[in-house]
Amino acid sequence: MFAAVRRLLPYLLRYRRQFLIGLACVAVTTGVSLTSPWVLRHAVDDLYAGVTRSKLLVYSAALLGIALTGATFRFLMRRIIIGVSRQIEYDLRNDFFARLQLFPLSYFQARRTGDLMSRATNDLNAVRMTVGPAIMYSANTIILFVAAIALMISIDLRLTLVALIPLPFVSIVVRYFGAAIHKRFERIQAQLSDLSAVTQEALSGVRVVRAYRQEAAEMERFGRANREYLEGNRRLVRLQGFFYPSMSLFLGLGSLLVLWLGSREVIAGRLTVGGFVAFNAYMVMLSWPMIAFGWVTNMVQRGLASWKRMLDVLDAVPDIADPAPGRLVVLPQVTGAIEFRDLTFAYGGRPVLEHVSARIEPGQIVALVGPTGSGKSTLISLLPRLFDPPPGTVFIDGVDVRDLSLAQLRRAIGFVPQEAFLFSESIADNIAFGIGGAKAADPERIQWAAGVARLDKDVEGFPNGLETMVGERGITLSGGQKQRAAIARALLTDPRILVLDDALSAVDTYTEEEILARLRGVMRERTSIIVSHRVSTVRDADLILVLEYGRVIERGSHDELVRLDGFYAELYRKQLLEEELAAS
Amino acid sequence: MTSQDEEVLGKAYDARLMRRLLGYLRPYKMLAAGALGALIGGSALQLAQPYLMKVAIDRYIAQRDLSGLNLIALGFLGILIGSFVFEFLQTYILQYVGQRIMFDMRMQIYGHLQRVDIQYYDRNPVGRLMTRVTTDVDVLNDLFAAGVVSVFGDVFTLLGIMVVLLTMSWKLALVAFSVLPLIVFVTQWFRRNVRESYRGVRLWIAKINAFLQENISGMATVQLFRREAENFARFDAIDRGHRDANILSIFYYAVFYPAIEVTSALALALIIWYGGGQVLAGVLTLGSLVAFIQYSQRFFRPISDISEKFNLLQAAMASSERIFTLLDTPATIVSWQPAAASRQLVTRDPLLATIGPLPADSCQPGHILFDHVWFAYSGVDFVLRDVSFEVKPGQRVGVVGATGAGKSTLINLLMRFYDVSRGRILVDGVDIREMELGRLRALFSLVLQDVQLFSGTIATNIRLGSTLSDDDIRRAADAVHAGAFIDRLPNGLASEVGERGANLSVGQKQLLSFARALAFDPRILILDEATSSVDTETELLIRDALKVLMAGRTTIAVAHRLSTIQDMDRIMVFHKGELRESGAHQELLGQRGLYYRLYQLQYKDQEAPETATVPLPPRLGERRQFG
Repeated sequence: MFAAVRRLLPYLLRYRRQFLIGLACVAVTTGVSLTSPWVLRHAVDDLYAGVTRSKLLVYSAALLGIALTGATFRFLMRRIIIGVSRQIEYDLRNDFFARLQLFPLSYFQARRTGDLMSRATNDLNAVRMTVGPAIMYSANTIILFVAAIALMISIDLRLTLVALIPLPFVSIVVRYFGAAIHKRFERIQAQLSDLSAVTQEALSGVRVVRAYRQEAAEMERFGRANREYLEGNRRLVRLQGFFYPSMSLFLGLGSLLVLWLGSREVIAGRLTVGGFVAFNAYMVMLSWPMIAFGWVTNMVQRGLASWKRMLDVLDAVPDIADPAPGRLVVLPQVTGAIEFRDLTFAYGGRPVLEHVSARIEPGQIVALVGPTGSGKSTLISLLPRLFDPPPGTVFIDGVDVRDLSLAQLRRAIGFVPQEAFLFSESIADNIAFGIGGAKAADPERIQWAAGVARLDKDVEGFPNGLETMVGERGITLSGGQKQRAAIARALLTDPRILVLDDALSAVDTYTEEEILARLRGVMRERTSIIVSHRVSTVRDADLILVLEYGRVIERGSHDELVRLDGFYAELYRKQLLEEELAAS
Repeated sequence: MTSQDEEVLGKAYDARLMRRLLGYLRPYKMLAAGALGALIGGSALQLAQPYLMKVAIDRYIAQRDLSGLNLIALGFLGILIGSFVFEFLQTYILQYVGQRIMFDMRMQIYGHLQRVDIQYYDRNPVGRLMTRVTTDVDVLNDLFAAGVVSVFGDVFTLLGIMVVLLTMSWKLALVAFSVLPLIVFVTQWFRRNVRESYRGVRLWIAKINAFLQENISGMATVQLFRREAENFARFDAIDRGHRDANILSIFYYAVFYPAIEVTSALALALIIWYGGGQVLAGVLTLGSLVAFIQYSQRFFRPISDISEKFNLLQAAMASSERIFTLLDTPATIVSWQPAAASRQLVTRDPLLATIGPLPADSCQPGHILFDHVWFAYSGVDFVLRDVSFEVKPGQRVGVVGATGAGKSTLINLLMRFYDVSRGRILVDGVDIREMELGRLRALFSLVLQDVQLFSGTIATNIRLGSTLSDDDIRRAADAVHAGAFIDRLPNGLASEVGERGANLSVGQKQLLSFARALAFDPRILILDEATSSVDTETELLIRDALKVLMAGRTTIAVAHRLSTIQDMDRIMVFHKGELRESGAHQELLGQRGLYYRLYQLQYKDQEAPETATVPLPPRLGERRQFG
């Protein structure tokens, strides 16, 4: 926990001047506000004894002056300290996001997006509450507490000792109930997330629900989750119902003791009526620090837990990073020669690739064929280091990819994944994603890339053409349209190496044919790797690698492999057979 | 997370909405009345405290009456305990009633979502509908739990204080009240600005969430295209916007609280100055003055409470408006109601007269007839144009055509996810609009291209909500070759699927959906794009499973891959919403028409000349039809 706090300090120290000024404001405003019951005391005593009207005016003016001064500094205090906390929140969130950008794919695969998001928002907010309001209220509480008690003692020591008895209970109540409420609240949040999950499923699958007439069953499932949520809330409510009343009860007991004993003191002549009134006022002032104390400890506790969750991310070391300066190799120009050298790769303890070796010359088209799970996608994802290959296994232009800077490596590769991810920007921005967005790009180039990927016809039908927004605020693209946009996006970066990972699987046959015809020209100018199930797509490749269970079991050109009469030939025969059967 | 339209805040009070909202309170009106009673009791006890102080000072301290003081202390203790009980009852009952109402509302909204037309889902993304069920309802909860009833409490306290002060000394009371306009002014200023800035902050938070969501999901893409710096700059801009919006709102808070403090000090100063004078003049007792001071301090809380509730009310109005809009969306596709329908049938279909007599076997189970069907998702943008065809019982029919040719729409109409615009569809010789909806859908099993799995086990995903036995499920799974992979899962049929369970491959999900379809043993099977991209091995398995599935059933299969449907009894080729060709595979090839061309494109040799000049179906603006 100490280490965690130390990790937070630099963020605070960056604003130490503001903090110091802010804390000074806390001291002034608290100090000033403490004088007001004092004035009241003298006013009441004077009234008791008889006084002139002009003196009353002085008291009134004094009270107003005190309030104005206190208010001014209270304004500054809030402005400065809470402002700094927002500044720190901003710093932390930026650092958090910058750190996220460093992590490799495997990091995100092992975590849920919602969880990371919640750390950057909910947890961060808890941390901010600790560095802002918690610090402000602690300072305020401590000063108020010490000074008020000192002033109360100066009025009447015995009364003070008695009056303080119930106060610690207030803190205990706040602390105990606060923690318990928090725990139940978290349970409810989990129940709410269950409820959301049920809803999400049923609403996304509405057609299946209707087609199989599951409306009633879905209502029941939802009803169950809903009822659980209700029950959870009911338990929370019961606790909350006790919390606030017991707080006022203990505070009230303090006042009761003061009233009872204090009035006796007054009668006994040990205390003036003014002192009695002022004492009461201080009691009221003390109730806030008591509440704040329990509240602040909860806040700090939650903040530290949240901060640790953020540190999980901030202190994690990315597995895939630029090479150490000593090892870094900078290629003047990438020509596009690729070599896999006895590559064995395991993921999650399972071997995915075993002893894969292959040389690909610049300008060649290489196809990867094989059943699902044979390691095709893994093999190509090692190239741009989406996953890290072992040292000395994957080379570009004779240099280990691990010795190239990530920037140079990835600039050389145009990667089209099977499941294309598009951003909620315009189509043009998505296509020009790799070259700094549509503003930075030549419109004709965007048109060209869209044309090669056969996205142009679709775009014509969109409300704003290339400027049409993708995603929730725009149109929903079909799987095939997304894949084609991703192809255009890769083409526009003019990569030396083009990688298509089953990138046409959702495109209909006719369009696939068209795209392949157009791509052929583009591919001749660079090294290309194509993953596909379909023989018709790969038969023109210079080299076909057949993978099974992570091994290259066959390699060669289409004709060679057919002659080899192995897996590929079998696959080819199957697809040919279908063709013949159909044509007969 | 939220789009702009979620952010629009309407007016704060709408009598029509409010009446409807209060209707939800009706089943709990006894409880609500109890809470109100507790609330009023609690405020009354609160009011009694300063008065006790006055009595203590004026009567007993002045008279040096110790036993009287004991009495006062006892009264004070009674008040404390009473307050405790009242406050507990009030909080508990109110929150509980609020929760019950939320429960009822969620059930109602969810139930309505089960009934509204599928078209509604096309227009509203799932995220938005979820907001109705969760967030919007929660906003209303705040209204019921903390708002409606406790406003009465605040008003009561306020009026109570006023009455007590006026009785003690109406002149001093008026002096104290003179600060009220100031408070109202400050509060109004604060409320207006904070609402504005709060809206700003919410917008920024939504932006942060959307940006994070997208960038975390697409981080690999960002990295592959080396967009880290650019995207960081964008994030920084959003983050900074959020910070500045917040700092702006700090200003309003930083002004508001001290301003209220100064106002309350002003009241105090006035009371001491004027009231002190009255004490000196002997018009007012010292105890009254002290009580006055204490009352005036209690005056401020209810006022700021009420203004807080005003914001609550506004948010609740906006949420309830959205919820009621959803609840008021009528379901137009409902089971046949004889009274309404007999009238409609005549008027809605001018073409009906031109339709000839029904085919002789049209009343046999499993018969489907499309009779001059036209359909547009909106306006006159017809997706299907004058489509007529007949599927005989047990016949297997394949449907092909380019994207947007209207293939999926056929299924939408047949299942009555949508109603035809013109013409009619007959199943077993009956217009489907004249059938009970559940009975109609019970005739079909639907297999969609995106397989929908629900969280639960393999078995519950096949069974869904039906009463099928484990044996039935096992048999269905085995029949479609899903048994093998299910056995390899850790718990067999009882294995969890979905986010927390086994990850199934696309092919396995496909087989699972076949098992589901088979287990329901339908008369008619409907497949949409059932074979998308899977490896050849799995594809063969799937094709074999399909044969089992289709055996003895009327089948309509929509597919892009011609290989899956070429041994169907009949293939229908759709183009631009029209049924252009129909016949067996060989016949259609012989016609050298659309089908021949589609077929050629799929299997043609790589060396064939560029065929891009062939004018092929332009897309009718691809719309979301399935999934």
